[in-house]
Amino acid sequence: MPTTPLDNEQVLRLKRDFPLLTESQVAGHPLVYLDTGATSQVPLAVADAERDFTLHHRAAVHRGAHTLAVEATDLFEDARATIAHFVGADPYSLVWTSNATEGLNLLSYAMSNATAGSNGSENAERFRVGPDDEIVTTQAEHHANLIPWQELAARTGASLRVVPVDARGLITPQAVADTVSERTKLVAFTHVSNVTGAITDVQAIVGEAQKIGALTVLDACQSVPHMPIDFPALGVDFAVFSAHKMLGPTGIGALYGRHELLNALPTFLTGGSMITEVTTEHARYLDSPVRFDAGTQRISQAVAWAEAVRYLRAIGMGRIEAWEAELGRQLARGVTEINGVRLIGPEPGVERVGLVSIDVAGVHAHDVGQLLDAAGIAVRVGHHCAQPLHRELGLTASTRASTYLYNTTDDVDRFLDELSRVRGYFRAEGA
Amino acid sequence: MSAELDQLYQTIILEHSHKRSGEASQDVSSAGERSGVSHQYNPTCGDEITVRVTVTGGETPTVEAVEWNGEGCSISMAAASVLAETAPGLSLPELDTLIEHFRDMLRSRGQVTPDEEILGDAAAFAGVSKFVARVKCAMLSWVAVEDAVKHAASKTV
Ligand SMILES: Cc1ncc(COP(=O)(O)O)c(C=O)c1O
Repeated sequence: MPTTPLDNEQVLRLKRDFPLLTESQVAGHPLVYLDTGATSQVPLAVADAERDFTLHHRAAVHRGAHTLAVEATDLFEDARATIAHFVGADPYSLVWTSNATEGLNLLSYAMSNATAGSNGSENAERFRVGPDDEIVTTQAEHHANLIPWQELAARTGASLRVVPVDARGLITPQAVADTVSERTKLVAFTHVSNVTGAITDVQAIVGEAQKIGALTVLDACQSVPHMPIDFPALGVDFAVFSAHKMLGPTGIGALYGRHELLNALPTFLTGGSMITEVTTEHARYLDSPVRFDAGTQRISQAVAWAEAVRYLRAIGMGRIEAWEAELGRQLARGVTEINGVRLIGPEPGVERVGLVSIDVAGVHAHDVGQLLDAAGIAVRVGHHCAQPLHRELGLTASTRASTYLYNTTDDVDRFLDELSRVRGYFRAEGA
Repeated sequence: MSAELDQLYQTIILEHSHKRSGEASQDVSSAGERSGVSHQYNPTCGDEITVRVTVTGGETPTVEAVEWNGEGCSISMAAASVLAETAPGLSLPELDTLIEHFRDMLRSRGQVTPDEEILGDAAAFAGVSKFVARVKCAMLSWVAVEDAVKHAASKTV
């Protein structure tokens, strides 16, 4: 169903909600922020929600009977429900973490705890891995969706298998099918690449995993902020995402899991709040989601994140997705028209989010970024926490521009205009 | 382009980043009898460099040659090139002084006026000190040389 995208006029109006975007000057230029892939900016309403909670509603949650504690607990659990609904889930399926990285580590450690028989692993047969098992991830992953699996393999003796990307750096369902086997326990992969902006065919890969009875873990860091998402409909068993990439505060993220899986999953962090009965020898754990809420939680951040989700919902994720697809096309087409600039990932015309990474012939990414910064344009340079993918594409570093609902086509034009001067400034060959 | 940016990317630096002194076409990662090797890596941007420094034997050992392989931004490549041009002929204490001056200048956030007498072409990197994120780029090869010389010196005494 085609959705009407946002337009420049609407975006300029939205931009006024983001003080940093309208007030900041960099090197004497108004800021053009094209680094949402790393972290987004925050609208006033979200900052206000965090401040309002702190000044008027603060109390410990799930730990007291006084009025304020009850009120704070309600706000906290309402936030969980709001964020869960945003991704098509019920609140029992949403576990707080400090970010996506912690969500993946939670899963990795819960699985080796299952192997060790600790942390409430009575029903954790599905999660046990050992020397006869394989864990599968891909070459396109952010380090956050690679290293926790390397370490799980090291702790349990399981083998790690890595799905190779195609020549453009994309994960194909065929390559997944060729990599997995009857011994595969888990397949972890990204929904949207933070390097190429390519969108993975999640359902096809889930289909491959289900054929062999493997669990699926989706890194949804770069998809949840930018498109309508329904995890149950995608069919994944687990997924992770971070608040700070979707107008929310830093320090909080979430792990989605099918409820029956989360109830059977061993715990990761242990301590107060998440237990039923504790003796000096032993503890029993609550069901999901509080099963994983060890210690005092990120309460004001959860409340602020829910406000971010309301803000996004009010605009409409379909409209945001359609707008960013337009910006993505403008970026992809624009960079390929510049002499000596190579676009990484899908070619122009192939679906991508509002994100491109490029290689500029004869100029290192750091120098590209420096020149853009001097013109007030913020982009990411380096390997974007994806060294294996860069190595596969024959690069050590690249320059990445990434958009959000607050970027206009003018922002993209300013980036392209400045980019077209880079090779000349650095006297690159043929410039 | 901004004046600040031109301070960072001085002509000397851009020239060295293209015409790189000391850059070897062969792999320099194995040390000979009078040489030491050091590999340095900057995990934030992926820049890396391998340096081989050869020193003369005798009473007062001096730097004979600096050869390197590397990949990185213009600042890091130019810094390696300048050092490869400046270091040969220096005694080891002179090299120490040079590196010390370079480091102090880069860490000064633009506060230290470079001593061109000692630094020579390396004085052009004064502008880098105002860009804190780039100081590491300029230092990478110099740290490698400092380290490689120690290995070489330990063999020649
Ligand atoms: C695809 C992807 N996965 C994982 C992460 C890690 O997210 P966080 O640092 O919020 O845990 C990021 C963000 O950098 C990302 O882009």
